[in-house]
Amino acid sequence: MTAMKILVIEDDAQAAAYMVKGLSESGHVVDHASDGKDGLFMAGGGAYDVLIVDRMLPGKDGLSLVEFLRATGDPTPVLFLSALGSVDDRVKGLRAGGDDYLVKPYAFSELLARVESLGRRRAAAATPATRLEVGDLEMDLLARTAKRAGRPIELLPREFRLLEYLMRNAGNVVTRTMLLENVWDYHFDPQTNVIDVHIARLRQKIDRDFPAPLIHTVRGAGYCLRA
Amino acid sequence: MHDALASPGSGRLRIPPFLRTTTVRLGLVYLGMFLASVLVILAVIYGATAGFMERQTDETIAAEIAGLHEQYAQRGLTGLVQVVAERAAGRRTNTLYLVTGPGMVSLAGNLSAWPAVPADAQGWVRFDIRDEHTRDGPHEARAITFALPGQFHLLVGRDLREFQQFRERLLRALAWALAITVGLGVIGGIAMARDAMGRIEAINRTTREIMSGDLRQRVRLSGGDDELDHLAANLNVMLDQIESLMTGMRHVTESIAHDLRTPLTRLRSRLEIALLSDQADVEVYRLVIQDTIIEADRLLATFTALLDIAKAESGGPEAFQPVDLAELAADAADLYEPVAEEKGLIFDTRVAGGGTVMGNRQLLAQALANLLDNAVKYTPAGGRIELEVEGATVTVADSGPGIPPDMRDKVLKRFVRLEASRSSPGNGLGLSLVDAVARMHGARLALEDNRPGLKVRFEFAGIQPQC
Repeated sequence: MTAMKILVIEDDAQAAAYMVKGLSESGHVVDHASDGKDGLFMAGGGAYDVLIVDRMLPGKDGLSLVEFLRATGDPTPVLFLSALGSVDDRVKGLRAGGDDYLVKPYAFSELLARVESLGRRRAAAATPATRLEVGDLEMDLLARTAKRAGRPIELLPREFRLLEYLMRNAGNVVTRTMLLENVWDYHFDPQTNVIDVHIARLRQKIDRDFPAPLIHTVRGAGYCLRA
Repeated sequence: MHDALASPGSGRLRIPPFLRTTTVRLGLVYLGMFLASVLVILAVIYGATAGFMERQTDETIAAEIAGLHEQYAQRGLTGLVQVVAERAAGRRTNTLYLVTGPGMVSLAGNLSAWPAVPADAQGWVRFDIRDEHTRDGPHEARAITFALPGQFHLLVGRDLREFQQFRERLLRALAWALAITVGLGVIGGIAMARDAMGRIEAINRTTREIMSGDLRQRVRLSGGDDELDHLAANLNVMLDQIESLMTGMRHVTESIAHDLRTPLTRLRSRLEIALLSDQADVEVYRLVIQDTIIEADRLLATFTALLDIAKAESGGPEAFQPVDLAELAADAADLYEPVAEEKGLIFDTRVAGGGTVMGNRQLLAQALANLLDNAVKYTPAGGRIELEVEGATVTVADSGPGIPPDMRDKVLKRFVRLEASRSSPGNGLGLSLVDAVARMHGARLALEDNRPGLKVRFEFAGIQPQC
């Protein structure tokens, strides 16, 4: 994972300190703004790869800050942090121009995975892909087929979407919640780890017959697809 | 500032405070309308009676004229004078006669002088006469006058004294009637208004008692089944709901206190013991921290579940969207089928013409996921799970241990878990959420015996017509 420049706009000093420390230790360059005005000023230059914005901020609230940035044509990916967790709040955040939405309290691993996914999405967005490739695994998005080392892999529709999401985020940690949200459109966590079973099935299809596994389990966080 | 605001109003008519009460206002309005209608009725009575008397007077005069005209035609002026003299001589007659010669000299009749008031175009005249026999004041008379050839004049009229007396009596009677009706009206109005206001005041009194803390008070119904009774009944239903919400909230608070305090205490003591231990091994610390994070995640999950329930309980149909039940079931089946198979269960999905309902997709999906989660968790290997959609009903059935009939209501409450399931993971909130989501959607939730196992039916009130 290449280092990203991240701006954290968060008024809770302690929460911000944890975030800055955790993201720095994960190898990223992190700046912090403690209110909306400073945040807007710092983000305005377009110097960051990802913005982490608290929805409720003194000075200028997170929603209008992002709306303002988007109105000036700034495409920097934004991850909203909020204590408001209803579907409506999420929709409002995304409509204002946010790219992802994380409800407090959250696990740091979740935050990290989402931030890195956003940073990567920005890099990938430039070229709309019709084919995805990770190591010897290939996916044709138009024909909806997948091959590993030239051998076709039979996938059910949902398995195809699961693998597609993993491939689009190749090299990044993908959490179970991210998979539920993006592959199933479920914005809640079922009590049992249903995702693990689905990953296990996918592993059967793409990893079992090959010496080097592509799907890796990241303890305490989720999964990572990498060659 | 205050004065500046108040001064423009001071020029306006100030309503005394007692007049502002609804009782007085209602009473006055009632009285006003009563008064107006009584006045109209009395005016009609008076008009009809007086008009009738006046017409009768005119008819009497006309009859006299006809008689005199006949005499005049047969016997000429002499005959007329004679007849007039005869008739005027009759005592107690109310008819007035006067024949005058040139220079208005009286020739015959019972009227002392020709009236000073000029006659109108038809010859009618209305004048005052003074009666020599009685000491009454002047009273009205009405007469018609004719000019006869040779500067002779004839006057025939009626003394209106009796008519006037009758009219006065009538007016007096009507005035009494008016006074009595107004009096009754005032009393009736006040009584009616006070009755209504008394009942409203009773409602006010009850609400004040409730506001001061006694939630068990209810408004008493009069049994009349009128609007005020409906109001009182609605208030009572609202109070029932508030009371049950308060009870529910108290229950939740107690449950949270109990069910979250235990894991928090556990979490704290684990950290404390790790800190106390002599061997400062990094690996031990790491393990303790990992366990602590798992414990904390479980706590957070419990909080999230509680918040989801609260969301379902406070949410209304404002944000509802059409939800295809077949699709909803297919998604959930897609997520849980592999999990069930992994555990050695047969997972069977049947969709027979699933409809579309109005609802919150996320919460419905979560409720369904909770049901499937339970089914997978509690059904032993080799068992069977059935997910069925038929019309507006979604059914999840399993072949697990089921829930004893006496526990079926209880398991819907927060944090309630069956003794047998204490050992398996879970927070006792899964079915509470299902129940809350069902109530939010006006759906009926039924827990039934699947012989063996549990069958949960989620019945929506109706499906949306396809458009």
